[in-house]
Amino acid sequence: MTLVALKPSSPNQTLDPQAETGAGAEAENESEDTPIMEPSSHHPRISVRDVNVYYAGKQALKSVDLDIPPNQVTALIGPSGCGKSTFLRCLNRMNDVIEGCQVTGQIELDGEDIYAKGMDVVSLRARVGIVFQKPNPFPKSIYDNVSYGPRIHRMARNRDEMDEIVMTSLERAGLLQEVRDRLNAPGTSLSGGQQQRLCIARAIAVAPEVILMDEPCSALDPIATAKVEELIDELRHNYTIVMVTHSMQQAARVSQTTAFFHLGDLVEKGDTERIFTNPTDDRTEAYITGRIG
Amino acid sequence: MTDQNINKNIQAGLKRRYRSEYRFRGYGLLAIGLALSFLIAIFVSIASMGWSAFQQTAIELEIYFDPAVIDPTGSHDPQDISGADYRGLVKASLRRQFPAVRNRREKKQLYRLVSSGSGFNLREKVQKDLGLIGQTRKIWVLASDDVDMHNKGRDVGARLSTYQIDIINKMSEAGIIKKRFNTRFFTSGDSREPELAGILAAFMGSLFSLTVCIALSFPLGILTAIYLEEFAPKNRWTDLIEVNINNLAAVPSIVFGLLGLFFLLNILEMPRSAPLVGGLVLALMTLPTIIIAGRAALKSVPGSIREAALGIGASPIQAVFHHSLPLAMPGMLTGSIIGMAQALGETAPLLMIGMVAFIVDVPQTVLDPATALPVQIFLWADSPERGFEEKTAAAILVLLGFLFCMNLLAVVLRKKFERRW
Repeated sequence: MTLVALKPSSPNQTLDPQAETGAGAEAENESEDTPIMEPSSHHPRISVRDVNVYYAGKQALKSVDLDIPPNQVTALIGPSGCGKSTFLRCLNRMNDVIEGCQVTGQIELDGEDIYAKGMDVVSLRARVGIVFQKPNPFPKSIYDNVSYGPRIHRMARNRDEMDEIVMTSLERAGLLQEVRDRLNAPGTSLSGGQQQRLCIARAIAVAPEVILMDEPCSALDPIATAKVEELIDELRHNYTIVMVTHSMQQAARVSQTTAFFHLGDLVEKGDTERIFTNPTDDRTEAYITGRIG
Repeated sequence: MTDQNINKNIQAGLKRRYRSEYRFRGYGLLAIGLALSFLIAIFVSIASMGWSAFQQTAIELEIYFDPAVIDPTGSHDPQDISGADYRGLVKASLRRQFPAVRNRREKKQLYRLVSSGSGFNLREKVQKDLGLIGQTRKIWVLASDDVDMHNKGRDVGARLSTYQIDIINKMSEAGIIKKRFNTRFFTSGDSREPELAGILAAFMGSLFSLTVCIALSFPLGILTAIYLEEFAPKNRWTDLIEVNINNLAAVPSIVFGLLGLFFLLNILEMPRSAPLVGGLVLALMTLPTIIIAGRAALKSVPGSIREAALGIGASPIQAVFHHSLPLAMPGMLTGSIIGMAQALGETAPLLMIGMVAFIVDVPQTVLDPATALPVQIFLWADSPERGFEEKTAAAILVLLGFLFCMNLLAVVLRKKFERRW
């Protein structure tokens, strides 16, 4: 696994003008043997190699390499239009839906190429869940919102098992206390923060390995944001989380690994603490100190 | 100082802005008022003309069910009974009631006061109850259309002689002529005689045609809309299809009628004048409307719902049928009902496939010859008898009622399917 992750990185360093920064970031990866990194990062859950994305011929992502360690929160930061969301959507092939979107390169989930011919997109998305920027509960009851995923995947054999799944998911999403007595109320009747946690509950109900979050707090007020952040921190013990965020404070608060994107390039990646205290690239420094972005 | 100037300018501008706003509102109210008054004028004129058709003049006669006429052999043979001269019974009754009648001419004029169909009514009664034979009963028989018109205060010109009017006056003095609710209008088919003509055959024809039409065009249209909107690749072919669907929506309906005549009747040899064929032609006509409305409805479903479904591993089909389609349903239903309402009022294509025939029998299946409500209106409007004038207006009222019910259904269905987000 580690070998696979390391091999393609060496020719990549000579590929483009960003090689310098790539090398800096790779140094982080290569230091895996040293005890500085968390031991869990030995086997990346998702490994991304040389991924390019084009929208109708226009390149949105340029040769991105990234390893996403399991049971950690990986934050993707960068100014608007830098390709963070595009990258995130590659990880469970949500980009397939977009007309004219083309992805090249290799993305492996547990060593399995998700863009391989035989890959079933539906089961991939059951393994890699996604939470969107704007809370988007179905216009159905809270219960139906959460039970929809398990139902289509036939995860429950009877009503009791379904109840169990729904309750556990709501509990994990920290929403159960608030909605216990109104599971039949429409999901859209909840407040913005509750809706977003409902969407998280919906995503974890199908027992994914990875949860992708696309700016999950951008539509929420500070209190709701704090709740969701707390939740994310909880969830990372059971799931691998990749999160796009515009808030550098948020990235610093909840993530363990951070990747900085700029104009389609993955400029710098590594331990969150190091990125925020000692960035190697000028652009990263400029961004986190608020000079660009 | 300059601040004050700016303030002044804003104040002056504000007045102008408010004025133009009021003016615009005024135009809007005026437009609505005009549209409403036109509608009311049309409706009132039709209703006032057609209302009287729901009543029919009848004359009470003492009918002697003469066994010598109805059942000369006394065997109660159904054939004898159905072939008997019931009109003769009516005539005999009239002669008894007005013994002053002398010559042939007066007799003829007297007989003409009752409808030529009055005998059928008696036959039905006898067939239902054979015990009537040999008895005398007071029975309301239908008056002729001229008497009916006269009784409703319409000018019938020279169609009633002074002698006949004299008799009518005598009848009303005796209280044996009056207007009764016209059930016949709702229970029978067309007739040459205005007083016998009813709307049911045309109504059933329209109902059958629309049933065929909706059964075919609704599923086809919705599935086409779903495929084109959700699954079809966006390329030159789908562009071409889209342009053609939009064109089809604008094709004059008579062209569809010609297509039906050529393809359905001549090549497939389907029955002429049948609601089945009418429904097929109308389905072709409403299909583009339903497709366009369906696509618009699907387009208005937020993409976030679709993404949410796909994001938790729903297949594209599941995303559409579990989420997009239910949310688009109200819009689709509205579009479909509008298409159906259009089809209901369509005349031209039905003329081409022979649904313009004179149909007396009420159709029982979609294969029986039938006509449709708008065609019936057209036929009656074309008839010279004064009695058909009010029938035409009444048929329009029935058509409008039908339309109203359909729109009501649309509103109810939409309310039922509507969901908040």
